[in-house]
Amino acid sequence: MKQHNYIKLEFPARSVNEGFARAAAAAFAAQMDPTMEELGDIKTAVSEAVTNAIVHAYPDTVGPVQMRLRILDGNVLQITVRDRGRGIPDVKKAMEPMFSTGGEERSGMGFTIMGSFMDGLKVRSAVDRGTTVTMSKRIQVKANA
Amino acid sequence: MKVTSGYQDGKLTLYLQGELDHHEASAALRRIGRTLDDYLPQDCVIDMDGLTFMDSSGIALILKISRLMEETGGRAWVANAKNQPLKVIDASGIDRMIKISTAAKQ
Repeated sequence: MKQHNYIKLEFPARSVNEGFARAAAAAFAAQMDPTMEELGDIKTAVSEAVTNAIVHAYPDTVGPVQMRLRILDGNVLQITVRDRGRGIPDVKKAMEPMFSTGGEERSGMGFTIMGSFMDGLKVRSAVDRGTTVTMSKRIQVKANA
Repeated sequence: MKVTSGYQDGKLTLYLQGELDHHEASAALRRIGRTLDDYLPQDCVIDMDGLTFMDSSGIALILKISRLMEETGGRAWVANAKNQPLKVIDASGIDRMIKISTAAKQ
């Protein structure tokens, strides 16, 4: 699949970077001419994926989080969020609604919301090696006025 | 995110403004917990008119406020939900547990 444009970012797993990550994703996606709703969907999914990495991947350290955005054929935005942290032992269970090992500020709805706001969601994880979340969304092409 | 509040006749209204994510949620929850302790209201309205963004951390915050209110025999609900925050609420299904009133269409 042809890649039309991309960005790669890396930042430490600090919660202050959640807002930065979704603002950066929205700024990159703006060239695809998304609606406000589509932009909101992208920001929401990025916020969830990056927060998961920050809350779960590195319990005792502050490790790196990588985010990559690519524009693919058919005006499809692909977002990959990767950490090199402790991994998820049971991905299927982690993706169940209301399942959470986070604190009281987490609801266990992160994966549910990523799945409902994006067209595609794939999670790959290996214990002590890290987790990669790949999401994709087709941005509707608008007819010229 | 900014949280301001108003109290009248047993009803505390929390006005959420800005963006609510995991980074903001812990501090917001501490502030809101103190405000609830101060007023011990019968009703708590979570007003989202000024909220421009929230992720699932907002769902956790709403559920926590609802639980705190139930502990003192009160109740909480959401008012003026719209746009992106409303879409997150709808996706989460918490409207089965707590009353959500949406903003009037402009």
